[in-house]
Amino acid sequence: MKGTGSPAKGFILLIALLALMFGAAWAAEPQAVMMATTTSTDDTGLLDYLAPHFKTATGYELRWTATGTGKALELGKNCDVDVLLVHAPKAEMKFVEEGNGINRTLVMYNDFVITGPAADPAGIKGKTVAEALSAIAAKKSPFVSRGDNSGTHKMEQELWTASNLPLPEKESWYISTGQGMLVTINVAAEKNGYTLTDRGTYIKYESDKAGKAPQVILVEGDAPLLNQYSVIEVNPKRCAKVNNMLAHQFAVWVTGPQAQKLIQEFKLMGKPLFTPNAKR
Amino acid sequence: MDFLYHGLLEAIRLLLSGDPETYSAVAATLKVSSYAMAASLLMGIPLGFVLGHLRFPGRRQARLAVDTLLSLPTVFIGLMVYAFISRQGPLGHMGLLFTLPGIAIGQTLLALPVVIALTATAVESMDANLRVTLRSLGANRRQLMRATLWEARHGILAAALNAYGRVMTEVGISMMVGGNIKWHTRTITTAIALETNKGQFAMGIALGLILLLIAFGVTAAMSLLRGK
Repeated sequence: MKGTGSPAKGFILLIALLALMFGAAWAAEPQAVMMATTTSTDDTGLLDYLAPHFKTATGYELRWTATGTGKALELGKNCDVDVLLVHAPKAEMKFVEEGNGINRTLVMYNDFVITGPAADPAGIKGKTVAEALSAIAAKKSPFVSRGDNSGTHKMEQELWTASNLPLPEKESWYISTGQGMLVTINVAAEKNGYTLTDRGTYIKYESDKAGKAPQVILVEGDAPLLNQYSVIEVNPKRCAKVNNMLAHQFAVWVTGPQAQKLIQEFKLMGKPLFTPNAKR
Repeated sequence: MDFLYHGLLEAIRLLLSGDPETYSAVAATLKVSSYAMAASLLMGIPLGFVLGHLRFPGRRQARLAVDTLLSLPTVFIGLMVYAFISRQGPLGHMGLLFTLPGIAIGQTLLALPVVIALTATAVESMDANLRVTLRSLGANRRQLMRATLWEARHGILAAALNAYGRVMTEVGISMMVGGNIKWHTRTITTAIALETNKGQFAMGIALGLILLLIAFGVTAAMSLLRGK
């Protein structure tokens, strides 16, 4: 039989290769803070920018998983992360009240804007949020929603309610993507529709499109559009395994003068993305 | 559409410049898929062989169950594994969440039915004639089993490649269990998902091409192993 010897040789090679790989995985790991956060802090590059500074200042590594605020809070509830950086104040307060988190502290804010096609078929430019949403609903212009229980999605639902409008979830002009913010803006652009986005992600989108962005900011600066980020330590009394020492280190650092200054200086296309507002 | 062209250029640039983020994701993908393949082959080949070679009561039902599990959605496996290895779950004390071995557990569950079902099919498809021939040559049960396994080797290799393809390309388990953590559990597929979310389509295409390149390498190595 041809090549009878080669499979055996190949098998030994395979085992050797596997042993090498397993060996690498067992190498010692440095202490790291595990954080759950929202897509907006990751997509904009803010965390990539902050993490090395945190490492220099404290000697600890920052690791994060970026998801919607809903899943981030759930990961905290299940004791799977040490600390949260999220932006859904109502859900956060409930999270803390239920005993899942401690020491909720404001970190920074950016604001939400309503974007849409430059032609603005519903005529919302420069209006208040309530007027704009009413006009979109009356015109049945496409409105694209995150639909993923993220902080942005929660904010959008609150805006419909605060504008005394029913949630248009079943309307044919209401499109729920269930995906991240940049994907959702791109869907809005494809559908010639409107969407609600945080300004940070919009600036990123605009810079990617290099001056040819089909979606433009139409409504901004209205008080309900403020987007507050907070840091919350997962409650060590409920979760014995979380590393609260590290979580606390991060919470103190990110709300302290060094990180606050770094956040202020973080810019994309020359535009600041976040305004620090920690009171510590 | 120019991001397709830029993606190709970007892929070449990433590979040639030794971009550390890309290589970290490549290493994570290779490691985790190797763990998963080793585990699923060690368990799957014997089970598949038993399922295809032996005749026992409940065999058809077992076969049906395995074939059904071929359609296990990856996000569902991800959620199930998360439920077990979350700190609140029964295996929470092992600290497997957000680690490569954690992802490997999920990918093993993904690959196992593929290995079992295809191994069983390979063994079944040659059994009929071989059994008669070997029996007439005076082979005993043990020799019959070994000869069958040897003759089915190409089918088993195909099963392994098929499973490897599913494991390398899945994103649901890696995302849910691994958490897409930079330098640690970011695999090529979760990196593609992230870049797409960021609107960096060219980067996503580039990473996709790198994944294909690795798949080509593995397939080529396997076909060399086969001798033809």
